[in-house]
Amino acid sequence: MSATFEVKPAPAAPARTEAVKRTPPPRPSRRTAAGRSLRRHWQLYLLIVVPLAYFVIFKYIPIANAVIAFKNYSPVKGPWGSDWVGFKNFELFFQNPVFWTLVKNTFFLAAYTVLASFPIPIILAIALNEIRNGRFKKTVQLVTYAPYFISTVVVVSMTILVLSPRLGFVNDAIGLFGVPQIDFLGRPDYFRHIYVWSDVWQTTGYSAVIYLAALSGIDPALHESARIDGASRLQRIWNVDLPGIMPTAVIILVLGVGNIMSIGFEKAFLLQNPLNTAQSEIIATYVYKTGLLNADFSMATAIGLFNSVINLFLLLGVNFVAKRITGNGLWS
Amino acid sequence: MSVTLQGFRRTAAGRSERTAIEETKTDRIFLIGVKIMLWIALIIVAVPLIYIVANSFSSASAVSAGRVLLWPVEPSIRAYKEAFSDPLIMKGYLNSFIYAIGGTLISVTLTIAIAYPLSRRTFFGRNVIMSLLVFTMLFSGGLIPTYLVVQDLGMLNTRWAMVIPSAIGVWQVIIARTFFRSTIPDELYEAATIDGASDLRFLWSIVLPLSKPVIAVIALMYAIFQWNSYFDALVYLKDPSLYPLQIVLRNVLILNTLTGSTTTTNLAQQLEQQQLANVLKYALIVISSLPVLVIYPFVARHFTKGVMVGAVKG
Repeated sequence: MSATFEVKPAPAAPARTEAVKRTPPPRPSRRTAAGRSLRRHWQLYLLIVVPLAYFVIFKYIPIANAVIAFKNYSPVKGPWGSDWVGFKNFELFFQNPVFWTLVKNTFFLAAYTVLASFPIPIILAIALNEIRNGRFKKTVQLVTYAPYFISTVVVVSMTILVLSPRLGFVNDAIGLFGVPQIDFLGRPDYFRHIYVWSDVWQTTGYSAVIYLAALSGIDPALHESARIDGASRLQRIWNVDLPGIMPTAVIILVLGVGNIMSIGFEKAFLLQNPLNTAQSEIIATYVYKTGLLNADFSMATAIGLFNSVINLFLLLGVNFVAKRITGNGLWS
Repeated sequence: MSVTLQGFRRTAAGRSERTAIEETKTDRIFLIGVKIMLWIALIIVAVPLIYIVANSFSSASAVSAGRVLLWPVEPSIRAYKEAFSDPLIMKGYLNSFIYAIGGTLISVTLTIAIAYPLSRRTFFGRNVIMSLLVFTMLFSGGLIPTYLVVQDLGMLNTRWAMVIPSAIGVWQVIIARTFFRSTIPDELYEAATIDGASDLRFLWSIVLPLSKPVIAVIALMYAIFQWNSYFDALVYLKDPSLYPLQIVLRNVLILNTLTGSTTTTNLAQQLEQQQLANVLKYALIVISSLPVLVIYPFVARHFTKGVMVGAVKG
């Protein structure tokens, strides 16, 4: 025991205060602090090497590789050896008649998703919060939460099966009202509705959890005093619950808006078929087709980069707005 | 002061209890409305799920005629037998298990290896590193530049491509770091150092046993993500023997390519095959969601906590 004490001169915290006391200038220079930390905690630095290498290799090298957006990529010469072409790929993309369709499809699909999937979880959470804890409440929560864990492939397959003209029950149901069969997935106009509402079906229960937590954080004294003042349930929801979850809701809405252009590839691609591409072709699916199916690496990278940059600016702008509204940003 | 406060509280509680008993008429009607709404939500979510399960247990002809709604018609497990005897589906199942288990092990290890140092106040440069990680959430090189890296590493069309390129999630790092920070006090570390424990020893014998809940959460997150994902496989894999279940599902369910290649000229047999293919789809959906379903009660309990921990900004 005493031997180890001699080997290790002093425990961490006292050493730190000692060092601050001993050094004449107000604070030690960063370099010596780094050196000391490195010497004392070399094991921690060793630990972090592999994960850091992961981020460098799979996140930062790709960012560097994105330089091929400005080049005519040749597999033989590699990303750095290929010939520069300036903004030619971007110009070609902007002039391509498909450009505006892609931007429009991506934007409308994402905006619709954000608009539809923002209020519904709030309503579900408030409704769940109104009823007493019991089996019914637990069942509703457990069931609505479950679809979140089903894979995209399965959700899309279910959607296709349920909406199928011959087999699905949706067509049977509308058939009862005398509506002729509709091939929902074969019609471009239905694509966005299918995408958005299957998304709402899948994620509402999950999103409601965050609001339920915010609701349980509301001071019960507020509810009690509102009751004493004779407020009805609806009035209490409006004047106590909604203001109470407002900060959470603002953050979530703002995040949703910030991520509008980064709407996922997975689901759109799976729901896509040759009949509905007029509305289902979004930037992400187009990048995949251009890059991997047509092997036009430079063009695909340019389109992806264009999207990433727009998304970055959207997020930064939205973060600025969030800071103004809630007092702190989305990160840091 | 404290006495009056106490008195006030008591009356407030008393009142609220009384009002709970004598709810006004509008409140009672409102509550009924709320319950109806929740029933509707329950039905909307549950009906498609029940519909799928009911169909998967019905006979091929009943499914093809669209006669099944919420209860199996002419119950049969033929579709399941067919699915479990299909080599491609079983191979996909096995592959998915390999990717989910292997990927989760790698991911959890790497996540702890970066989250723990970043949670320590004495770790120099942790803020810079954290910013670098968060930046990757905001901006990425894109599909093709990442593909080129995977290609250069020789991972294309290997099992590594399924577990390495998406190994660490920044969100999971944030969750783990926040947990370490808020539950492992500095005093504990100091006490351990006095007893002669090194940083690694402290992590292994003290931090990890204390962090079981958060490790469970991030392991579940990675496992479910890995089980459900198909994008990496779509991009990086060409060899069908490496396909995870989700890709097999996509081929069967969405692209309608049948796996069993028994071609018959007999019309009746063809019709039967076609009908069987329809039930097979429903059975496949159930089979593929089964592992997630099995751990779901566990997940439902722990996931919420994890989401909450992550929501607390660190």
